[in-house]
Amino acid sequence: MTTEVGSEPEVKKEPEKSPEEQEAEQQTNPSESAPNGDAEPQPAPDNAENAEAEPAPSDPLSTPSPDGQKKEKGISRFLPPWLKRQKSNSQAEPRDGHAPTDTPTQPPTQEELEDGQEEEGPKGEGTAVQPTGGAQEVQSGEEESPVANAETQPVKQKEGEEWAPESGVPSALKLGKKMKITVCHVTLLDGTQFPCEVEKRAKGQYLFSKVCEHLNLLEKDYFGLSFKDNTDQRCWLDPTKEIKHQIHNSQWQFAFSVKFYPPDPSQLTEDITRYLLCLQLRQDISLGRLPCSFVTHALLGSYTLQAELGDYDPDQHRSDYIAQFHFAPTQTKELEVKLAELHKSHKGMTPAQADIQFLENAKKLSMYGVDLHHAKDSEGVDIMLGVCANGLLIYKDRLRINRFAWPKILKISYKRCNFYIKIRPGETEQFESTVGFKLPNHRAAKRIWKVCVEHHTFFRLTSPEQPVKSKFLTLGSRFRYSGRTQAQTRQASALIHRSPPDFQRTSSKRSARSLDGAPVVSVSDHTHPLVSTHAAGPGENGRDSALELYSDSKSPQVEEGAEPGKGAATAVPAEPASETWKAADDSSELKDLDKTQEEVLRHQASVSELKRSFMEAAPEPRPDQWDKRLTGSPATSLHLQAHGSLEEELTSLFLSKACFSGLMDPCSTSVAPPESTLAAVSEKSPTRLESALSDSRDISKSTEDDQSSGLNGQPEVIEVVEETVVIEEVVRVARPQSSAPETAATEPALEGKDEGSASSDSESEEEAEYHPQLSGSAHLIREDPEEEEQEVGLNQEAPPAALKPCIIREDVTDEAAATAANMAEPADAQQQEGEVLVIPEKAPNGHTHDSEAPPTLFDEEEEPSFVNGDVSHVEGEHAPQVICCSEPPVVKTEMVTISDTFSAQKAEITTKEVPIVHTETKTITYEAAQLDGSGDVEPGVLMTAHTITSESLCTTTTTHITKTLKGGLSETRIEKRIVITGDSDIDHDQALAQAIKEAKEQHPDMSVTRVVVHKETDLAEEDE
Amino acid sequence: MAGFGNFTHAIVRAIPGSFATGALRTENLEEVDPNRALREKKAYVAVLRELGLEVLELPADESMPDCVFVEDCAVVCGDTALLTRPGAPSRRGEVEEMKTALTNLSLNVVEMTDETATLDGGDVLFTGAEFFVGLSKRTNQRGAEILADTFKDYAVSTVPVSHGLHLKSFCSMAGPGLIAIGSSQTAQRALKTMQQLSDHKYDKLTVPDDAAANCVYINMPGKGHILLHVTPEQFPESAKVFEKLKDYTLIPVSNLENVKVDGALSCCLVLANKLARV
Repeated sequence: MTTEVGSEPEVKKEPEKSPEEQEAEQQTNPSESAPNGDAEPQPAPDNAENAEAEPAPSDPLSTPSPDGQKKEKGISRFLPPWLKRQKSNSQAEPRDGHAPTDTPTQPPTQEELEDGQEEEGPKGEGTAVQPTGGAQEVQSGEEESPVANAETQPVKQKEGEEWAPESGVPSALKLGKKMKITVCHVTLLDGTQFPCEVEKRAKGQYLFSKVCEHLNLLEKDYFGLSFKDNTDQRCWLDPTKEIKHQIHNSQWQFAFSVKFYPPDPSQLTEDITRYLLCLQLRQDISLGRLPCSFVTHALLGSYTLQAELGDYDPDQHRSDYIAQFHFAPTQTKELEVKLAELHKSHKGMTPAQADIQFLENAKKLSMYGVDLHHAKDSEGVDIMLGVCANGLLIYKDRLRINRFAWPKILKISYKRCNFYIKIRPGETEQFESTVGFKLPNHRAAKRIWKVCVEHHTFFRLTSPEQPVKSKFLTLGSRFRYSGRTQAQTRQASALIHRSPPDFQRTSSKRSARSLDGAPVVSVSDHTHPLVSTHAAGPGENGRDSALELYSDSKSPQVEEGAEPGKGAATAVPAEPASETWKAADDSSELKDLDKTQEEVLRHQASVSELKRSFMEAAPEPRPDQWDKRLTGSPATSLHLQAHGSLEEELTSLFLSKACFSGLMDPCSTSVAPPESTLAAVSEKSPTRLESALSDSRDISKSTEDDQSSGLNGQPEVIEVVEETVVIEEVVRVARPQSSAPETAATEPALEGKDEGSASSDSESEEEAEYHPQLSGSAHLIREDPEEEEQEVGLNQEAPPAALKPCIIREDVTDEAAATAANMAEPADAQQQEGEVLVIPEKAPNGHTHDSEAPPTLFDEEEEPSFVNGDVSHVEGEHAPQVICCSEPPVVKTEMVTISDTFSAQKAEITTKEVPIVHTETKTITYEAAQLDGSGDVEPGVLMTAHTITSESLCTTTTTHITKTLKGGLSETRIEKRIVITGDSDIDHDQALAQAIKEAKEQHPDMSVTRVVVHKETDLAEEDE
Repeated sequence: MAGFGNFTHAIVRAIPGSFATGALRTENLEEVDPNRALREKKAYVAVLRELGLEVLELPADESMPDCVFVEDCAVVCGDTALLTRPGAPSRRGEVEEMKTALTNLSLNVVEMTDETATLDGGDVLFTGAEFFVGLSKRTNQRGAEILADTFKDYAVSTVPVSHGLHLKSFCSMAGPGLIAIGSSQTAQRALKTMQQLSDHKYDKLTVPDDAAANCVYINMPGKGHILLHVTPEQFPESAKVFEKLKDYTLIPVSNLENVKVDGALSCCLVLANKLARV
C-alpha cells in the first residue's frame, strides 16, 4: 500500500490516463485476450475490458515497472535488513490491492469481464507478464485456479496501471512457488452453493467475478461477497486484497449478497439484478432483519408466490401450498390465508412484474437497506447505528433518535473501538460538533467506518474520490471505496445491450421446487448464512489503489464539504471552529474515555512537570504556546503510548509523552487528544482540537502558512497506537556555515517547539478518517496485526533506521534541543521504541545536496551515513517533486539518523547518528497561526494530516512543516507522523519502509532526519 | 403517501357531565362552559358526517371526564390499531370502549400491555410515511417502542416535547407532506428535530398560534383536500394562514371550550379507513 503512495505522486497523472490508454493499447492486442473472450460467453463490453486487462500488464510493465521496482528497491535500501525481509513478500501484494483504485473509472462490466478473463487470463497475461509463462501452460484449464489467480492479480495491477510491473514480479514469484489451489464455497442468494476453485493467493475480486459470471450478472456493483470472521462477524470481502489475508484462518466459505440496496430498484436495468435483490430481501424478511408488518408480509409474500409459482391455480395450489414457503420469521396460518388471498389477486402478472411490485413495496420499508451495527452512545446506552444510502441513522431500540444525512457529515473516523462523525454546524450553530460512539471492539469500529465510507461514496458521490495529487507531503493511505458508485453503475448499466439472460427463479419453498420446473437446488434460501452488513469490504474495485494521497484540502464535493477548515487549508476560521467543537466533544467524550480520573490527574501532573522541564530546556520558552501545546499535544500522548504501550498503561505513557511531544513529537499528539482532552480540556484542549481539525483538512495546503493542527478528530483516544512515522525535513537556507554544534542545540529546541505545535495538531492517531467531502488520498498500508506506532522522522531523506532507544537519548543530548525530546525519548527508549533522529546536514545550498549524504555533517556515524547515502539514491531516482514549502532554497540539512527500537521484534538494530546543525532559535511565525484567532497555534508551522485506512490498517499521517529562521538560516522542517493501526496482520516494517520511501520521494530534496518508531500493542483491545 | 388522509370512519365519544369540572388541564384556569362544549361537539360531529364519514359515537362515561378525547386512546394506521396506555392513570379506562369499537371495525387491534409504557395518541404524528412520537409528560420511550413494534413498516422517530401537553398540541398534518406547525420555540424546535430525523422532505405551514397548528386533514374521494381548522374568532391570525391554502375545502371549527382543557381539534376523533386492508 505504502508503495503506492510513493508511486502515485510520480505516476499519478499518467496512471489516470494510462488506464484508458492501456486499454486502448490492449484492445489493439486483443489477440491475446481474444481466445479467452471467445471461450467465454461474455458480453461484448466484457471483451473489451478483458482485452484491456490482459494487455495492461504489458503496458504497465513498460512504464510502471520502473517505478515499482524503484519503490521496492528504494525501500529496501532504506530498510534495515530486518525490514527488508518482511517486506519483500508482502509489499507486492499490498500494491496490488491498490491498483484497483486507479481503475475505478472503468465500467463495472469491464471489471467483471476482467475477472472472468483473469481466470482465463492466464493466457493473455502470461504473455504480458513473464511469470505468466507458467500461466500460459496452464491456459488449457480455466479451472486451474492457481495460475488464474496469479494472472488475476497481475491483471488487477494492470488495471491499476502502475502496478503492472509489480504484478510481473509477484507473479513470477508465485509461479515459482507453484500455486496452491483451494476451493471456495460461495452461498448464493437462492441458497445454492457455488464451489469455485481459486488460487490461494487470489484476491477477492477474482472470486467475486467468478461468482458474477456464474450468475450471469452484469449489474454487480450492488453486490458483494461476505464471510464470517473468527468472531462470527460478517465481513465484506475486499476485492482488492487477497482472500486468504482477509479470512485468516476461517474457512473458505462466502456468501454472495447485496451490499448496496438500491433506493429505487425500478432503475435497475436487468430483471436478473432485480431478481437477485428480491432474493436478498426475501432472505432479509424471513430472517427478521427487515421488519415489516403483517400486511406487508402478506403482500410481499404474495408477490413472491406470483413470481415463483405464477398465477394461482386452484387445482395445483392446495390449501397448504403456501406452507412450503417461508416468508416471515413467524409464519402464521392467518398469514398464509392472507397470502393465498392476495396471490389470487395477482393473476396475469409475470414473474418480472411480480418482482418489481415486490421491490416497490419493500423499498418503502423503513429498514430497507439499513445496515445496523450495535454500539453505545457517549453515556453507555445501547444503541444501533444504521448506515444507509442517505446517511447514518441512530436507533435506540426500535426508535430512531437521530439521523445524520451525508451532507451533514464532515468527517468520519474511528479510533480503537470508537467511531466518530463530525457534524457540520447547523444554520444557527457556529461550530462543528463531533459525535462519538463506542463499538464493541476495534474491528466493529472499523467495520462501520468502512461501511460508511463505502455507502457515502456509492450513494453520495458521482464517482469515487479521485486521488488528489498531494502538493506536499502526503503519506499514508486511506481506505476508500473505489468501486463504481451508483451513478456510475447506472451509467454502465444503461449501456448493457444484451438479450435478457435466462435465469431460473429458484423457489423459496422449503422444499425445492422451481417455477420453471428446473430442479431447485436450494431448498431454503433463508437458512443461508446471511451477510450481515458489517464490514465494509471495498467495492469491487477495492480501495483506491491509486494511492495518491489527497491532500486533505481537497474537497471533492462542494456540497458536502463545506467544511470550514478545509477550504482554507490553514484558514484561520477553521481552527476556531475546531476548537470549539473539540471542547464540546471533549466533555462528551470524556465519558467515553477509559481512563480513570486518577489517571487523568496523574496525567495532568505529569503534563505540568513536563511543561516545567520543557520550559527550562527550551531556549525560548513561550509559556503560553507551550502550555497549550503540551496539554493539547497529542503527540506526547502518543509517544507515551508507544513507549509504554507494551507494558505500561496508556496513561503513564501519555504523561511522559506530553513532555516529549511538546518538544519533539507531533505524533503523540494525535493520540493523546482524548486523554488530554479529559485532563486538559480546560487547559488547552481547544488548541489541540483546533489543530487537529484544521490539520486534517488543511493538510496539503500551502505548507507555508498552515498551522492547522492535525489532531484530528479523534477525540478520545487512548488506546491503540499505531505506527507513526514522523518525517522531518529540514531545509536551511542561506547559511550553510552555521556551525553544526550550536545549531544542533538550538535546533532541537526549535524542533521541539515546532513539533510540539505540530503535534498538537496532528491527527495521527486516529485510526482512520474519512472526509466525505474531501477527496482523500488513499494509501494503503499493510499493517501488522499488532498495532505499532512507528515514528519516522525524516529530514529530507528517510533512513530506515532501527535503533536503540539509547541512541535516541544520545541524539537528544547531542542536540541541545533534544531536551524536550529527551523527556519523551527516554520513555521511548525504554519502551523499545526507537526514534531515529536525524540531524540535518547542512548543505550549502539547499536542494542539491539533499540527496547526498551530508557532507558537512560532523558527526555522522557510520550508520547514519548509510542512511543518507541510501536516501540520496532514492531521491535521485524519483523525480523530485516539488514541495510547496515556503522555504527558499538553500542549504539543506540532512539528517542522520537513527535509532529505532522496535518492539520486541526488532530491538537489535542500533544506529547512531549525530548530526549537526546549528540554529539559533527564532521561530518565524506564519500568518496562519495568527489568523486563527486562537493564538495557540504556533506560527510558521504547517501541518497536515491524513488518515488512510485499509481494511487491516489505519494510517494517519500528520505533516508538520516548520520554518524557522535561525541566525541567517532558514530552516524548513517537515515532520510527518504516521500512525498505523492494524488488527493483526500488519507488516510494520513494510509500512515503515513505505512511509519513509514515500517521504523521500515526495521530498527529494530533503533529508530524513529522524525516524522514530513506536510500537504499541493494545492491551485492552477486545477485538483481537 | 398516496392515500394519505383517506378515511371511512370516525370515532368520537360523547361529553360526560363531569367534563367541565373533572377534565385534566395543564394551565388554563378558565372555566369550561359545559353547554357550549356540547354545542361545539355537536357541530363537530355534524361536520364529520357531512363529509361522508361514518361516525361512531361512543357513549360517555361519567367516571372518565376526559373520555371525549378519544384520540389519545388509539393510534390507527392502515389495518392496524394500537390501543394505547394513556399517560394519565385516570384515563386508562377510556381504552376499553375504544377497543370494542375498533374491533367492530375488524381492524387488527394491538394492545399495549406493558405496564411501564405510556402513550397518548396526541403525541403520535403520522405523516403518511413515518411516525413521530413526542416524548412528553404523557408518553415515554417504552410506549414509543411498542408503537414502533406495532407499525413495523414505518420509521418511528422520537421528538422531545418539553413544553405543552402533546406533540400535536402544536403541530399536525395539514395535507400530504404538509406539516402545520406553531410558532413557539417549542414547536419550532420540534419541527427542526423532525426534519433532521426524517428522510422525507416536508413542507411546513407555520401559524402564529401553537394551538391553531392542530387541524384535521381528510381526503375524501371526490371531495379533495379537506381541512378542519380553527376559527377566525378564536385565532384570527392563524386562521388567515389556513385561508391561504389553495385547492382545499376549509372548514373552520369552533373549539373554544375544549381548548381550555388542552383539547385540540384532532383530540376528539379517531379516524380509520376500513378499506385500508390490503
